[in-house]
Amino acid sequence: MPKDNGIGASSKRREDVRFLTGAGRYTDDINIHGQAYAHFVRSDVAHGTINGIDASAAEAMPGVLKVFTATDFEGVGGIPCGWQVTDRHGEPMQEPKHPVLAEGKVRHVGDPIAVVVAESLGQARDAAEALEIDISELPAVMDMKDALTEGAAKVHDDLTSNLCYDWGFVEENREAVDDAINGAHHVTTLELRNNRLVANPMEPRVAVGDYSAADDEHTLYTTSQNPHVIRLLMGAFVLGIPEHKLRVVAPDVGGGFGAKIYHYAEEAFCTFAAKALRRPVKWTSSRSEAFMSDAHGRDHVTKIELAMDEQGKFLAIRTDTHANMGAYLSTFAPSIPTWLHGTLMAGNYTTPLIYVNVKAVFTNTVPVDAYRGAGRPEATFQLERVVDKAAREMGIDPIELRRRNFITEFPYATPVAVEYDTGDYNATMDKLLEISDHSGFEVRAAESKANGKLRGFGIAHYIEACGIAPSNLVGQLGARAGLYESATVRVNATGSISVFTGSHSHGQGHETTFAQVVAEMIGIDEGQVDIVHGDTSKTPMGMGTYGSRSLAVGGSAMVRATEKIINKARKIAAHLMEAAEADIELKDGQFTVAGTDKSVAWGDVTLAAYVPHNYPLEDIEPGLEETAFYDPANFTYPSGAYGCEVEVDPETGKVKVLGFAAADDFGNVVNPMIVEGQVQGGLAQGIGQALLENCAYDQDGQLISASYMDYAMPRADDLPMFTVDHSCVTPCTHNPLGVKGCGEAGAIGSPPALVNAVIDALQRGGHDVKHIDMPLSPDRVWTAMNG
Amino acid sequence: MYNFEFEKPGSVADAVAALGAEDAQALGGGQTLIPTLKQRLNQPSKLVSLSGIADMKGVSASGGMITIGGATTHATVAAEASAYPALAATAAHIGDPAVRNRGTIGGSLANNDPAACYPAALLGSGGSVKTDNRDIDADEYFQGMFSTALEEGEIITGVTFNIPEKANYQKFVQPASRFALVGVFVAKHADGVRVAITGASEDGVFRWSEAETALSSNFSAAALDGISVSADGMITDLHGTGAYRAHLLGILTKRAVAAAA
Repeated sequence: MPKDNGIGASSKRREDVRFLTGAGRYTDDINIHGQAYAHFVRSDVAHGTINGIDASAAEAMPGVLKVFTATDFEGVGGIPCGWQVTDRHGEPMQEPKHPVLAEGKVRHVGDPIAVVVAESLGQARDAAEALEIDISELPAVMDMKDALTEGAAKVHDDLTSNLCYDWGFVEENREAVDDAINGAHHVTTLELRNNRLVANPMEPRVAVGDYSAADDEHTLYTTSQNPHVIRLLMGAFVLGIPEHKLRVVAPDVGGGFGAKIYHYAEEAFCTFAAKALRRPVKWTSSRSEAFMSDAHGRDHVTKIELAMDEQGKFLAIRTDTHANMGAYLSTFAPSIPTWLHGTLMAGNYTTPLIYVNVKAVFTNTVPVDAYRGAGRPEATFQLERVVDKAAREMGIDPIELRRRNFITEFPYATPVAVEYDTGDYNATMDKLLEISDHSGFEVRAAESKANGKLRGFGIAHYIEACGIAPSNLVGQLGARAGLYESATVRVNATGSISVFTGSHSHGQGHETTFAQVVAEMIGIDEGQVDIVHGDTSKTPMGMGTYGSRSLAVGGSAMVRATEKIINKARKIAAHLMEAAEADIELKDGQFTVAGTDKSVAWGDVTLAAYVPHNYPLEDIEPGLEETAFYDPANFTYPSGAYGCEVEVDPETGKVKVLGFAAADDFGNVVNPMIVEGQVQGGLAQGIGQALLENCAYDQDGQLISASYMDYAMPRADDLPMFTVDHSCVTPCTHNPLGVKGCGEAGAIGSPPALVNAVIDALQRGGHDVKHIDMPLSPDRVWTAMNG
Repeated sequence: MYNFEFEKPGSVADAVAALGAEDAQALGGGQTLIPTLKQRLNQPSKLVSLSGIADMKGVSASGGMITIGGATTHATVAAEASAYPALAATAAHIGDPAVRNRGTIGGSLANNDPAACYPAALLGSGGSVKTDNRDIDADEYFQGMFSTALEEGEIITGVTFNIPEKANYQKFVQPASRFALVGVFVAKHADGVRVAITGASEDGVFRWSEAETALSSNFSAAALDGISVSADGMITDLHGTGAYRAHLLGILTKRAVAAAA
């Protein structure tokens, strides 16, 4: 019988009560007495020299408090980058300054030039139109390969070129990989683009800065996935505010998908302006601004080569990728195409030799950074596409080819520097074939054919690295931060519990799942446990939520803190029952003495901790509150097999997704319903990327897909009913919960499965189409079919 | 959005008078106008809402024609135009429920978006646009993208469609906006077939006369074999090339003929 409480229960998401009844408290719901409104004036050209800004007329407009430009920020730092990549030759990447407001040049459409702060938003917008900004347009740097040619226009005049870094991994393997490819029986080559995406969380970004002159304290309310990271980056590197004078609050946040990890200029601006004006300052992004100021995702152009022997055993992989950084380095941008991409290039396979080359390039576009999956979707897409193409070229069934090369013994050290602790890829493949009714496919394909349609089935098997990350390892790789997580467990006198976590929930359901874990450990009802997150004045220093890390890392910190609580409570219980501590057992919220009928309830022990009349004061302190910081020993490695069934209308090129099945191994699962929801959401975004979403610029650097009129988000009727399974379980071996993370899998595994399915359909229909770049819009599919 | 005056008259005459003010604009359902106001791309001195004019609402059919009040919403047409099922079905697939509950037929036709559905329905059916001072024949009304025969301040009070023997509208949606990437309205009248294409041409909605001729002599999809439209002058954008649109309109015309009822 399914559990109805604790680990393994599909407890209903308690946070949904407020989200679904309009009672959520988002940043835009925060209005502080006397607040003024900021309107950002953004560049409408991709690249240009700022000759001058005349704000005199604007500043004279009604309600205007001040017009800010770069000169107001001369005394503060640029927006910092949190990761330094070292290139093939041992040199650090080129790292341009990212000013809060554009200095001298604008570098992408949307680059903020000036900010008008006024009594009302309407007044600020009116005044913005009176600003006189003189810009001489420069040639836009758009194509990554063109950007690296001799004599190309430069995005940053003070850099030697538009190349951020030329990264080789593993550099020592370069020649051995070349040799293996040159000598192989067969080499399959594929060139592809991983399309640029806009994250599009339902809630746009918002920032409210507040300043108390009486105690010199700053508060920033912001839509962030990691308020402590923002406090550190903005306080230490931009504005020079020490932590004890800076509070960052990220209240309810309506989705992030990566785009709300980074420290943005608008946050620094509102914090800075609140002190400068002695007024709270609020900025709320419009959807149009979000398209041109939220960090974008993906945008890789890749050539991948896979070398095989006669039996289809993979001998070597060589990849050559151009990764778009955009105009400036966003917080984690350099790490995405390198350490979150190159290290995953082994996939599920025993390929012994791998070499990954990545050239990161500056262009006159919005900065690019992590978006759900971050590097791992790019790795998985190229690998699972080239494997499918190789199967066709070798005349081997794509499922069989994968099985021949699966890693089957664990732990497994890949040639790209990571060690998979556990997995069972044949099990997930078997499960996928079962839940997708793969054996019935040919019958369904015949039915489609009779109706004049082309049906195809595509598979992808993915691996990802979650639970980011061991701090000492990422430090060696260039991270300028630790990636542990924290938790404080505060047990109240009557036994209820408040958990203060450094993780942040912006849709993941932490308030429910985290409570399930703590309740299970103690044996009390989940309703006795509340989760507090998102406020640096309440929670211990934590690194926040991204990379499917919250349960694996944040949950582990919470487990460690709860273990400390239980250890102390056992001492108290032993004292109360006059028994030896070693004999104390905790079950279902009762402490008992082994072999006796003595017991004392959880609430009696917690009360004793705060009313220590009968208490071992000589041995332990009163109170029951513990903090733990957890730094993982390794990444976690979720994996899974995804199957997509499509039907293509050969007359129009329209692809209909008929079915999608996902068999994941997430290790242990705390809340199956929430996990299923995470997978479904990830699948929707992955199918969105593969079929619909396309962030497109023209050659002048104008954003063509700048609104929902042209940027196609997936809607319910674009998606099939999903078949999701997570019954294949190989628990993570190195964290206390045995969990791996589930937030990104759907977005990682689904794009190659869908594209493989469409290629399969076209090939079955007699069209020798080998690849179509995403999104597989009807015109692209039709054009591919018709040469 | 800039500030503006707002009026909601109860009669056509009062609306015409209100629109006499300099830079006054009529407001139908606001599905295009309001977003442009929010983006400050438009600065009317006054908005004159037409939604309070009872005479401009409703659906009535007689004598082989159906007349829709200019301020009638798409949802009302979908629900009440049973005398002309193909028109009701067209209205039922415009936008989403929110759009259909606010957007009006007069607003759509006055805007004449090159990818809108109603222009194809009206041009395909044949009929007329009734304004506050005249009737304009459907064949004279559409004058290119976002361009119509309407004079400044002229209000569409009603639209009359000729009800054909059979008709069908095939809409292939642009995936983001869900406007028509290409839409084809085919109507078989006693005196011949009309085929109107939206979404495809740089000149806005147009009649595909070659297909009309072929279908008028033989109303079957096979009659269209070997007939095609040149890609020249077709829209090329993020969502499809001119060649794709030219191909698609041929496919959709065949499907509309096959589905016509």
